[in-house]
Amino acid sequence: MTDAAPLRVALVGNPNCGKTTLFNQLTGSRQKVANYAGVTVERKTGQLVTPAGRQVLVLDLPGAYSLTATSPDEAVTRDVCRGGYKGEPAPDLLICVVAATNLRLHLRFLLELRQLGRPMLVVLNMMDALHQQGLRVDVPRLQAELGMPVVTTIGTRRGGAADLLTALDAPLPAPVVQAASTAADADEDLHAQVRHLLALCITREHPVAKKLESVLDRWVLHPVWGMVILFVLLFVMFQAVFSWAQPFMDMLEAGMTQLGGLVGAALPEGLLRGLVVDGVIAGAGTVIVFLPQILILFLWILALEESGYLPRAAFMLDRLMAVAGLSGRSFIPLLSSFACAVPGIMSTRTIQNPRDRLVTILIAPLMTCSARLPVYALLIGAFVPAHRVLGIFNLQGLVLFALYALAIVSALIVARVLKRGDSDEHPLLLELPDYRLPSLRSLALELWQRARIFLSRVGSIIVTLSIILWALSSFPAPPPGATGPAIDWSLAGRIGQLMLPVFQPIGFNWQICVALIPGLAAREVAVSALGTVYSITGAETDTAQSLVPLLSSQWSLATALSLLAWYVYAPQCFSTLAVIRRETGTWRVVLITAAYLFGLAYVAAWLTYHITRYLTG
Amino acid sequence: MLLNSLPLSGCGVIDHVRERTPHDPVARRLGELGFVPGEPVRVVAFGPLGRDPMAVEIGFTRFALRRSEAERIVLRSSEETLHAQDRGFSQDEIAGQE
Repeated sequence: MTDAAPLRVALVGNPNCGKTTLFNQLTGSRQKVANYAGVTVERKTGQLVTPAGRQVLVLDLPGAYSLTATSPDEAVTRDVCRGGYKGEPAPDLLICVVAATNLRLHLRFLLELRQLGRPMLVVLNMMDALHQQGLRVDVPRLQAELGMPVVTTIGTRRGGAADLLTALDAPLPAPVVQAASTAADADEDLHAQVRHLLALCITREHPVAKKLESVLDRWVLHPVWGMVILFVLLFVMFQAVFSWAQPFMDMLEAGMTQLGGLVGAALPEGLLRGLVVDGVIAGAGTVIVFLPQILILFLWILALEESGYLPRAAFMLDRLMAVAGLSGRSFIPLLSSFACAVPGIMSTRTIQNPRDRLVTILIAPLMTCSARLPVYALLIGAFVPAHRVLGIFNLQGLVLFALYALAIVSALIVARVLKRGDSDEHPLLLELPDYRLPSLRSLALELWQRARIFLSRVGSIIVTLSIILWALSSFPAPPPGATGPAIDWSLAGRIGQLMLPVFQPIGFNWQICVALIPGLAAREVAVSALGTVYSITGAETDTAQSLVPLLSSQWSLATALSLLAWYVYAPQCFSTLAVIRRETGTWRVVLITAAYLFGLAYVAAWLTYHITRYLTG
Repeated sequence: MLLNSLPLSGCGVIDHVRERTPHDPVARRLGELGFVPGEPVRVVAFGPLGRDPMAVEIGFTRFALRRSEAERIVLRSSEETLHAQDRGFSQDEIAGQE
């Protein structure tokens, strides 16, 4: 190997041993994190320079318990370690990360990796937690027994990986040549070796205090109190997503409006101004406004993930999810989808069973995302009277709640249908990790990365779509002397008329049809689109205000309820479809999702329209 | 005696993991997770509905298993288990002995 070629190293280890924290620590400010769109999982690469100036390319691999992979992400790890992942050679050095607090489990995978006969370096991570447990590791002894270099790190502490950086300057360690056990009870054999190693290298310094996990789990996993804790955490999370985000969203919205105004004033009146202000800024703005919600949701989920609580929530809800043919692992992605289906679908990566993951992706868009709220709010405000029910409940609030409940029940039914005839066993087999205080540093890094992914990928799609939609509703311009709104003459207006035969049976008029198109880009845009179509000018909030009397006078109750039912199932926005494409790697799933949601929405709207018409005469 | 018949806080020592089908991937994974003969296990919690799933402590680690998964784990006869418990065979002390 020449000096010019960077050293290629891979971080391997069990899930939850601190690989990614270590990865962020190592690549630090020079971090260049790229997302490789694998079939189902991503693998991260980063760069670092050692104290002696050596260039190192670091791969962060998904955690695995064994080289006998049971999930797609474990398969990536297996293939990279063996060499041959997408034709790449095996890494020059495997850095096997082992949590010092869980040596019994993690050493087994280390010994299995050693059988590959590749240069290896062992990292004993979480040394601080080990000392708290009153245990001591004889590192030189462990090094001698394993026959490979061992360094210790504290991934969560600044400078905690210094020893590892120094070790990367040393010449590559020679691989341990060893006959792999071919016995049927290879596992038992490995575990026997682990027990031997532990007996030799671990000593107890002082008696252990009662483990934190025993105390906390007594409450967190309790059949009654555990459910109460789960409920409170979820409630606070929803509150946070909807209320904490609001000031930031208002700020962003005002900022985008101002930007539009500034740019609009700077550009000459004409096509270019229309394109930039109405197309690009207004289009991207409606989506960027959701960044605070997405980040707050991610902050919660990342913090819960790092704390070790999420697997426990999955434990509590496993039985409930089993009713729909899913496992507790599907719970978190569905939960995220209440804010937005995009991060929800991204977090399905944690589901091991491919079919469970696919079904979760398919039903995630049914969870009522926050973008549907403006549509619901507008229609409920216009058509549902604000009666008191039983003295305490607001009828409008109850209708809103019913729409959420309808979506959840529908999702469970769809999952049940999709999973029928599925007699495969979907193992839960979920590790309940030790509780840990989330590290602010890795939270910040992860959030920053999420924000960048969101802004670059989704943002670029939205900008493109907005330009197309702007063009559709601006061209062709009305002929000179034409009367009536310009939109009547535009392509969008004509498309609305063309769509009418399809949507008339469910009570939609052509104005709604036109509003449905931008509603595909982002659902809440349907509100402002309706305003445009009805030729009302003004800021968005004013639009919603003045639309209320207009709609209640022009639409029948049946049409309004039909549109509400439509939006419970509404074929989701393009960003959701784009994420489904990215996460599943196939257009087929995208088509299936769009088609089944369209079908459900149509049937639900048709039933609602006709039942309401029958009841209201 | 099977792991899924232990009561809350009940302890046992694994005798073997039985395969439900030849090359049972779940049995294999259980082995990889450390459910191997001679390891002591303890039931930490039961799920809120139908006592399913169950949380089990083995070594330094806790796992959530569905009952159907726990059914594969055969424990040693109760006398051996009692014997182990008499000696105060708790997880922490195993670590201490090592």
